Amino acid sequence: MIEFRDVSKRYPDGTVAVESFSFVVPSHETVVFVGSSGSGKTTLLRMVNRMVDPTSGTVLIDDQDVQQVDKVQLRRSIGYVLQGVGLLPHRTILDNVATVPMLRGVSRAHARKDALGLLDRVGLDRALATRYPSQLSGGQQQRVGVARALAADPNILLMDEPFGAVDPIVRAELQVELRRLQSELGKTTVFVTHDVDEAFKIGDRVVILSAGGRIEQADTPERIVAHPANDFVADFIGARSARRTLRVQDVDGREVVVDGDGRPVGMLAT
Amino acid sequence: MTLVQGALDWLGDPANWRGLSGIQQRLVEHLAITGAVILVAALIALPLGILVGHTRRGRGTVVALTSGVRSIPTLGLLTILALNLGIGLTAPVLALIVLAIPPLLAGAYAGIESVSVDAVDASRGIGMTEWQLVRAVEVPLALPVIVGGLRSATLQVVATATLAAYVADAGLGRFLFSGLKQRQYSEMLGGAILVATLALVLETALALMQRVLTTVPPDTGRP
Repeated sequence: MIEFRDVSKRYPDGTVAVESFSFVVPSHETVVFVGSSGSGKTTLLRMVNRMVDPTSGTVLIDDQDVQQVDKVQLRRSIGYVLQGVGLLPHRTILDNVATVPMLRGVSRAHARKDALGLLDRVGLDRALATRYPSQLSGGQQQRVGVARALAADPNILLMDEPFGAVDPIVRAELQVELRRLQSELGKTTVFVTHDVDEAFKIGDRVVILSAGGRIEQADTPERIVAHPANDFVADFIGARSARRTLRVQDVDGREVVVDGDGRPVGMLAT
Repeated sequence: MTLVQGALDWLGDPANWRGLSGIQQRLVEHLAITGAVILVAALIALPLGILVGHTRRGRGTVVALTSGVRSIPTLGLLTILALNLGIGLTAPVLALIVLAIPPLLAGAYAGIESVSVDAVDASRGIGMTEWQLVRAVEVPLALPVIVGGLRSATLQVVATATLAAYVADAGLGRFLFSGLKQRQYSEMLGGAILVATLALVLETALALMQRVLTTVPPDTGRP
């Protein structure tokens, strides 16, 4: 469980990234922070592994204040996936995945053996193990990033727009894979994105943020679609747009779902 | 043509290679001065440059300082130092260290700064200590640029080390100064050829080292 208790982040130049944010991420759930740039979503995420320290308020993991934990030890116990991936270009894929266990003192041979298993887990061919990051596609690199984050078997996974830089087809693939991994592993996950569709696909709960980390609505995706809390949320999720205003049309005795423009989306399951 | 022939004859005469003021001895002295200067300069410049590159602090100061130091003419500095410290190796070695520090420093901080911000941020985020970050990420990735700085420092020092003979009885510069004094132009040209050859040999060796140290495989394009 991750608890944000009235956290704020102000920078010396007066910018307020986050103002009095409180929220609880329940264990084994995936919570998505979604918002435009300036909503403080990445700042909030980085408070969990102390890449950013709040100016006031506390972040607790299983009721322990993260400020009381050594930064380095804390980070090694949390999986972290970044948009830029940030693999080490001079190390092989296998060694990149093995980095955190080796930092924690696991022997190289043992860490590499485990890393091979993790490549399977994230759907990467073992033949890639000896390649270097620059030899992989963006989607493959991001899978390596996920494998690296899982290597120390953390309870918590932080994902900062991990699929932001890959093309839409690969992105959809990675989203499906992440859902599969989540159902297999049940990590407590905080996922940050600016894409509301991605948020709805990934999150058990979705937190819609406006400027300064203000929570506009925090609920399950279906409840947000059903009952947008206010106009901001309705606009943000495009509640009135053609793609969200579906209706059923009878076509020769079959019930076809069409969008606001009358374009077919699918069939009603019977 | 006769001058070049004279220089080649001088270089080819085994008698000139032997003895306490022979070519062999001077070559060793020249290399020893160069090596010692680079070593001391590197011990000062590399940690400082790595620190500046890693913390991203003090860059402005360091840039101003190095370009200031770069504008000091080595011969002038050497003269001032020798007037204060007297005849001997101390003055030229100090002057050469001052000459070698700027390129080493620039190579170190520029190299560290050139390392991918994403790789550094991610490495910190997954739990590397600052020291591990420097040792396992920044320095290895910056090494080609750092060696580039070493290369340019070495080239400048090995060429300028001829000035050591101005105030001390050491190095290949002896042949230039004594040749000039005694109007032995073949000896002078022979000495110059030796210095130039030595510089080229060191340059080639370091260029090779730089290539080997570029551990990151070339971007083969994404499959």
